Amino acid sequence: MERRASFRHWWIGIAFAVPQIVLIFTFFYWPAGQAVYWSMTLQQPWGGGNIWVGFDNFRQIFADALYWNSVALSTVFALFSTVLSMGLALMLAVFVDRELTGSKIYRVVMIWPYGIAAPALALAFRFIMAPEAGFLSFVNRLWPGLWDPGLDGTDAMISVIVAFSWKYVGYDFVFFLSALQGIPKALKEAAALDGAGWLRRLWDVQLPLLTPTVFFLLVIDITESFQDSFGIVDIMTSGGPARATELMVYKIYFDGFKGLDYSGAAAQSIILMGLIVALTVLQFRFIERRVHYK
Amino acid sequence: MKKTVLATVAVAALTLSTGAMAAEKTKFDFWFGLSGDLEKRVQEVCGRFNASQNEFEVVCTSQGNYDAALQNTIAAFRAGKQPTVVQVYDVGTATMMLSDAFVPSYELMEKNGHKVDWNDYIGGIAGYYASSKGQMFSFPFNSSTPLLYWNKGAFEKIGKTAAPKTWEEAHDDMVALQKAGYACPMAINVSANESWQLMEQFSAIHGEPIASKNNGYDGLDAELVFNKTKFVKYITDLKAWYDAGLVKIKSKDLGQDMVQAFAAGDCQMMMTSVGDHGTVGRTAKEGVTWDVAMLPVYQGVERKNSLVGGASLWTLKGKSEAEYKGAAAFLAFIAKPESALFWSTVTGYIPVTKSGFEFMKKEGFYDKAPYKGREAAIESLTFTPPTPLTRGIRLGNFTQIRAEVGNGLQAIFAGKEEVQPAIDGMVTRGNAVLRRFEATYKGKQLP
Repeated sequence: MERRASFRHWWIGIAFAVPQIVLIFTFFYWPAGQAVYWSMTLQQPWGGGNIWVGFDNFRQIFADALYWNSVALSTVFALFSTVLSMGLALMLAVFVDRELTGSKIYRVVMIWPYGIAAPALALAFRFIMAPEAGFLSFVNRLWPGLWDPGLDGTDAMISVIVAFSWKYVGYDFVFFLSALQGIPKALKEAAALDGAGWLRRLWDVQLPLLTPTVFFLLVIDITESFQDSFGIVDIMTSGGPARATELMVYKIYFDGFKGLDYSGAAAQSIILMGLIVALTVLQFRFIERRVHYK
Repeated sequence: MKKTVLATVAVAALTLSTGAMAAEKTKFDFWFGLSGDLEKRVQEVCGRFNASQNEFEVVCTSQGNYDAALQNTIAAFRAGKQPTVVQVYDVGTATMMLSDAFVPSYELMEKNGHKVDWNDYIGGIAGYYASSKGQMFSFPFNSSTPLLYWNKGAFEKIGKTAAPKTWEEAHDDMVALQKAGYACPMAINVSANESWQLMEQFSAIHGEPIASKNNGYDGLDAELVFNKTKFVKYITDLKAWYDAGLVKIKSKDLGQDMVQAFAAGDCQMMMTSVGDHGTVGRTAKEGVTWDVAMLPVYQGVERKNSLVGGASLWTLKGKSEAEYKGAAAFLAFIAKPESALFWSTVTGYIPVTKSGFEFMKKEGFYDKAPYKGREAAIESLTFTPPTPLTRGIRLGNFTQIRAEVGNGLQAIFAGKEEVQPAIDGMVTRGNAVLRRFEATYKGKQLP
């Protein structure tokens, strides 16, 4: 029988919820509401006043080819970084799960990258990726001019994707590993008795049982790639060269805080919020159906 | 016994009262955008001011960089917690002037009984921070202008003892340097920051407009025009020289920025602020001999004065009379020739007043080794009296326009776009920024 907590008075439950509601209101609904208001006006940066413009800000943004450019770049970034970090994390988790040599150490060490602040990580990767002085400079010694994230947009994009993925490999790894270890040993052993090799067991037994984790990480990674990419882009490329890494979240920051176009930035952040909400709803509506929790 | 008690009480009372007197010092805040070594220098200036009198105490806080200083001040101003004095970079001037958030400097000084000889300010510097009526709205603080840094040793090898004066000459020198085996005759960088040397200063010294309405001074409806000026030829040439290996791009992303490349002797010329003079002097590799000169101009062009860069000090609204008195005293202190000498000695920045410059010359500042050559910056700034096109730039949200220039230049040098269409693109997009600014301040006029 299911046990439920119940309260004698109807208001006790509400009283317990109030602190949380106050927090969410102060730190989410209120600022988000303010952003909606700003996105419908032209705000003077110093607060001298504003002019109501309705949906003009949105119309301008949607008519701007460079905005769509940043949407496309964000999509590319989300896709590649999610696939890269989840793929690598799964591979590493499988190795550690099979208890290969050193797996105990890796189990601890692998989460560290996730704990590194984005700017610090980006500084390290800027050095690694620097074509003249960094670790990658040997590429240019073999093939001069091949690697140049300073001027070549594709190279710059690869750099930020690699840096971001590196951070999330650790995060994804922990979830994959715990999910792998949650699979009952009996299932694997039964398959082994039937003569299935480890690859077959992985494919037919373990992976299908991992789908809830895959789904969860897919949602988290894609959402984070839209938000958490900011620090890395800011330090490594500043959105350049020639806007090749100007992701949506960086464009919001630049237009708002550097360009002092608060209204345009507010409108962009409303769009980004809508996009993330839509993505999450979509994922839950359509992908979750294929997920087996039990 | 009684006497000692009395004496103790008296002493205690005395200490208390002096303590109270010390606490009566009026404190006021000054936020600035410099960091690292320059932050320490600003703190020294604050310390000197606090030690020079005992009425006021300025509390100086670095905000990390110019952008952050402006952002944080705006946020603080909206919350009513703004500092009394804030340092705002040159390109923020138009935005500041329309903000309605400041007390004009001339008014502040007048009200608090400080006599300032505004004509003492070097024309090119004053014009940037003054209203259309010529009244100074902010105090020039750290001021600079770009110079051509050149490697004397390398130039000796090609038989030259002077820096090139024209771009035609510079081109010949670069070819000669390349033939003499130098891999990087000139270092440049193409990002939003270099809009300053490559677009703004180039346009000024060639007497070319950046925007209509006298670079925005005469109205918010100004439009960018630098896609129809010599700037196009300049970028076309630079790109051709880049393709020929005469000009190399040096930036932090690549591992070595312009200043490092020049100081290490890897590149033989660069164009950067006089503010880097000190850094190059301190970090130059042993055996590297170098000097500075005014930026080259194209042959047949009548050179004009260059523009001032750097930042100025604004006094914000909403403070007490006592704080304004302190701010006025602080600004008057900074404007003294002795302060100018101190400031220019510990940084690479230039004096902003004629009397400061004369004082420094008299003290022999420009004859001594590490500072020698910096007078080229004053020569460049005062080459001609400021014309309507070389007074400065008065365009809103100019940071975004600089970003457009940076992005366009990157597209050109990456070979992704042709020069003319790319510069047309900068102008079109920059104009959109200007129209947005105009709409935000609908019905307002530049003072």
